[in-house]
Amino acid sequence: MEVLKEHWTGKVREVAIGATRERGGTRTHTVTVGGETGLPFLHFEGEVPNPPRIAMEIWDTSPEEWPEALREPWADVLGDPAAWARKCVDKCGADLVMLRLASCDPDRGNTGPAEAQAVVKSVLSAVGVPLIVIGCGDPEKDNEVVPAVGEAAAGENCLIGIAKQENYKSLVATCMVNGHNIIAQSPLDINIAKQLNILITEMGLAPERIVIDPMSGALGYGIEYCYSIMERVRLGSLQGDKMLAMPVIVFVGQEAWRAKEAREPDETAPGWGPQRARGVAWELLTATTLLQAGADIFVMRHPDAALALRRHIDELLMREEGVA
Amino acid sequence: MILIGERINGLFRDVARAIAERNPEPIHALAVAQTKAGAHFLDVNTGPAVDEPEKVMGWLVRTVQEVVDTPICIDTMNVKALEAGLAAHRGRALINSTTGERAKLDAILPLAKEYGAQVIGLAMNEKGVPKDANDRTAIAMEIVAAADEYGISPQDLYLDPLILPVAVAQEHAPEVLETLRQVRLLADPPPRTVVGLSNVSQKSKNRSLVNRTFLAMAMACGLDAAILDVTDQDLMDVVATANILLNKEVYCDSYLEVARRAHAG
Repeated sequence: MEVLKEHWTGKVREVAIGATRERGGTRTHTVTVGGETGLPFLHFEGEVPNPPRIAMEIWDTSPEEWPEALREPWADVLGDPAAWARKCVDKCGADLVMLRLASCDPDRGNTGPAEAQAVVKSVLSAVGVPLIVIGCGDPEKDNEVVPAVGEAAAGENCLIGIAKQENYKSLVATCMVNGHNIIAQSPLDINIAKQLNILITEMGLAPERIVIDPMSGALGYGIEYCYSIMERVRLGSLQGDKMLAMPVIVFVGQEAWRAKEAREPDETAPGWGPQRARGVAWELLTATTLLQAGADIFVMRHPDAALALRRHIDELLMREEGVA
Repeated sequence: MILIGERINGLFRDVARAIAERNPEPIHALAVAQTKAGAHFLDVNTGPAVDEPEKVMGWLVRTVQEVVDTPICIDTMNVKALEAGLAAHRGRALINSTTGERAKLDAILPLAKEYGAQVIGLAMNEKGVPKDANDRTAIAMEIVAAADEYGISPQDLYLDPLILPVAVAQEHAPEVLETLRQVRLLADPPPRTVVGLSNVSQKSKNRSLVNRTFLAMAMACGLDAAILDVTDQDLMDVVATANILLNKEVYCDSYLEVARRAHAG
């Protein structure tokens, strides 16, 4: 039987994260994402020149609200971002480290730009992988802290965020001045995703420096809707829509460990099985679903979920090579 | 939407003068301006009253391709001029045009095959332009079948249902729209469709408005390509907006600016 194939004219842009010494940074290697010329894993229709990548999430403070099942594997490094980053690379083989500057949240530590700069520098010197840095999510505070971080990491070609339609200018400016890439977030809205990319490029940042965060939800929490938005982003890319043709980042750990199914302790949900396995499974299944939807960077929290995702990606890519 | 720039045509006085003087500059300027405005092809027509149409067509094709890589829609009823244009052309040309007449098809289609060119097929024959959609579609079908005989894919055929000036032959416009719908069903993959848009507004007032309105209607009927004035910004805005309304492009608040920016080169 003949396989009917789609012939796409467009492709997802490639975004390179990190800079080695020759390029003015201190990373031991760089990570390139994107470049796909077909729908996810339809190897007979298009190419996946760069495999999906895993970023391990670390915080600049001890995440007290994480459930014990998630804190336990990191117990010896919580509160020490440099050691935490090292453990992500050594134990999980993380492709990237994703640092969340949670402590600058006015409702948390309310730390300032100087502290954030110090943390970023310590993480940069602890590991050689490229770095993703995001603020605490408070727009005003992020506008103060993230540009300072961009300056402290100048030349490292980090991926920085999170820019939103209501708040992108100071973040984009620091990316332009200090040579970083930007995470552009839209609230599960393809039209805003495209609009924000246009607004960012109008400021003068190259489209090859944008990664889309479509705002994913966890399994059981609207993931079907995320799937269709991400599918539309990819179809737009393949049909030649240059303002949608960016790689996609998904914050899997953040969403999965927010789900009741992952958080509920053993005592209150005896019928659901042990929480540790449940939480890891929830994170992993959220990730594998978004993998099929076309995500390029997976921000993960639990080492077991990350390692299992890595095996799953390797298998899918191997199968691809075997058939193609 | 495939946009074919109409301006390099000897019917325009500036082009006629450039041809008479063999002055490349006006031709260069029109080629660059239309390419910047987003043209995917540039229609090139020597005009009706030139001596040595073969030489003129060859000169025009070479002159255009001195400054742009945009492929040319070689627009002539003279087979020798067509062949001269094809021989001078770099890249994949579009032949404008054959009709459904057997003698025409047997003259033009072998040239398309030989030069690997695409072809516009006019839905008319020795009896002239049909009155209704069914007769237009019947001729279109004959053109598709003839192309197949010569090993030319329907995807390399652009069928033109022939729009007539609304100020003269008003009853044709709905028939043309219906033909656009019917022609898509003739083959799989379907042949493409094209119209010479400005013809609809010949002798009308409000020419640009008539062009714009008809283009939007034709796009809704599945039109793939048009020969038009790509430098008419209002018309290009209609193309961008129709692409959004037909769900061919993802809407965003700045879609028009993006389309204009892309067309500004």
